[in-house]
Amino acid sequence: MLKVALIGAGKMGISHLSILGGYANADIVGVCDTSKMVTDFLTKHGRFNCFSDYNKMIAETKPDAVVVAVPTKFHYSIIKDLLEKNIHVFAEKPFCLTYEQSEELVKLASVKKLVNQVGYHNKFIGTFKEVKRIAQSGALGDIYHFIGESYGPVVVKKKSDTWRSDPAEGGGCLMDYASHVIDLLSDILSPVQSSKGTLLKSIYSGQVEDAVYSLLELQSGQSGVLSVNWSDDTYRKMSTSITLVGTKGKLISDANELKLFLKDDNSLNGYSKGWNVKYITDLQEGVDFYLRGEEYSAQLDYFIKAAEGKVPNTINSFASAANTDKAISIIKKSSI
Amino acid sequence: MERILFGDNQFFAVNHISDDKSRAQSIKFKDDSAIIKVLDDARAAGINTFMCTTHDRIGAICDIIRADPEKYKDFKIFPCMPYAHKYANAVTELGIAGTLKQYVPGNFFGSLFKGGMAYITKDFESIMELMIDAEMKMFKDIHTPVIFLQNVITDLLLGLRATDMLVAFHHYIRKKHNADAGFITMNMPKLLKALQEGGVENPIICTSINKVGFRMSGGKEVYEETLKNQKVRVIAMQVLGGGAIHPGEAIEYVCSLPNIESILFGASSKPNIVSTANYIHQFDSKK
Ligand SMILES: NC(=O)c1ccc[n+]([C@@H]2O[C@H](COP(=O)([O-])OP(=O)(O)OC[C@H]3O[C@@H](n4cnc5c(N)ncnc54)[C@H](O)[C@@H]3O)[C@@H](O)[C@H]2O)c1
Repeated sequence: MLKVALIGAGKMGISHLSILGGYANADIVGVCDTSKMVTDFLTKHGRFNCFSDYNKMIAETKPDAVVVAVPTKFHYSIIKDLLEKNIHVFAEKPFCLTYEQSEELVKLASVKKLVNQVGYHNKFIGTFKEVKRIAQSGALGDIYHFIGESYGPVVVKKKSDTWRSDPAEGGGCLMDYASHVIDLLSDILSPVQSSKGTLLKSIYSGQVEDAVYSLLELQSGQSGVLSVNWSDDTYRKMSTSITLVGTKGKLISDANELKLFLKDDNSLNGYSKGWNVKYITDLQEGVDFYLRGEEYSAQLDYFIKAAEGKVPNTINSFASAANTDKAISIIKKSSI
Repeated sequence: MERILFGDNQFFAVNHISDDKSRAQSIKFKDDSAIIKVLDDARAAGINTFMCTTHDRIGAICDIIRADPEKYKDFKIFPCMPYAHKYANAVTELGIAGTLKQYVPGNFFGSLFKGGMAYITKDFESIMELMIDAEMKMFKDIHTPVIFLQNVITDLLLGLRATDMLVAFHHYIRKKHNADAGFITMNMPKLLKALQEGGVENPIICTSINKVGFRMSGGKEVYEETLKNQKVRVIAMQVLGGGAIHPGEAIEYVCSLPNIESILFGASSKPNIVSTANYIHQFDSKK
């Protein structure tokens, strides 16, 4: 069985650990976190082999693969270390703080022939997979406009500072919420080429933006709007949606519901002229262990299988996440 | 437990299938009176148990129920705790320690924090007990014969192999709140096995059961097998598979399975409540 370890058992890491623990097909050899409260709990109640120093953990437990879920500013140095030690890496998103760092890790992983994946989980959601299939089928005709949106209630009042409120540590709505939408658009259509103008708005936060509004042009020449706001408390939780407008149809989809309007019959199997609606229940495969959405389980399952050589390492590779980091820097520059 | 239980997702814009519908619901149920009206419709249809999250707004609903003891004398609530978003948001803002400090009542932490973090690790079970008591405050004087742990927490602990915490929940609910503990989960067969190994016999488990296998982790067959061969008191939820199945067909399937003590469903209009309840009665009477 593949030997897996975790570095960073915070909000995201704990969820990864639980999903890995729920699966029968991975051997969790070690967990590393600098918070003693967290490791005490995991040692006492989960009987995990816990460490506060990841180097010590690697040396003692010799994992084949590691999940990295520490705050973003630590991603680069820890991932580099792991790759140099010939360990497959699943890293949380966003990948690195700068595009240069991301590029370096893409190269290193490729030279070392190691499996590399980043946690852009939306790509494992059935509805968004179907959006990609439809977009690439040509059924929408010439897709001349897109809208990528995400809204949710992360910062809804002035708050005490955490790493999320520090731009130097990967805080802010652009790196956090918006990166998901950018990554999804890059995958469904093509990577970002330029921005024609960006508004980064601080609503409640002192140092970082709470909303991102940007006009984007993609490498494919397609263009559209990015509209993301993490200070919108009319949403109970993060809600991401993609709209594609084409000469032969229009598609609007969030994680739960996909609506497709087609001008003609017979342009796409399973869909007819006029409005078509599909639900996540029609499009999502089940998982062996469910914690908080099939996609979180599916992405780890995919990573483990890739490390075992059972599936290709193509979804959410470091290279695709590096494209997203590049887009983030393009958007940032265009706001000044 | 009664055969039919009424859920609360529709009141709090928790719609698994459509963000549009979720928004329409939060507009419809903006006022507490709109919620009470639907609960009264459900009672009129013979459904006297309301299974609900410990959402802030439930506090106000409890006030209304307490104010009219005669009208609600047969009414029961099955609380499901915690309302996870509240804590998830707090953890983002305050960190885990900060969240505990904010939500664990009394000055339990006041002194401990001064002494440094190490003390907190002393006893996670007492922390859980204090949080249960805090969540139960809003239900004072209301009949709550079964108290549930929400699936996010049940499944998180299950995956972390912290079964002892689940077992501790079970015992504490019985001891302190004089009620049965229940567990909501998306991983019923795995949970049942873990609870049995922890010495919990015949537990109450609320879980997705539907004809299309939606959110039945590991597959529908494992669930059917477990229902057939194990001792467990199951509450079936998401019986409509998130809307993917015709109600009649959906209920027929669930009513045909063994060991399903209750069926949980939510609806926001009287006709829908009545028709779902009728389907359940109809297929039950055929057994
Ligand atoms: N995929 C998503 O939707 C999503 C959601 C939230 C966070 N994230 C990403 O996950 C990562 C972690 O975010 P989070 O919300 O879990 O943060 P968090 O602050 O809750 O957790 C980080 C954890 O890492 C630990 N840590 C810090 N430095 C460490 C070190 N050197 N060695 C070992 N442990 C260390 C901390 O003690 C903490 O427990 C970030 O990159 C974030 O962007 C992704």
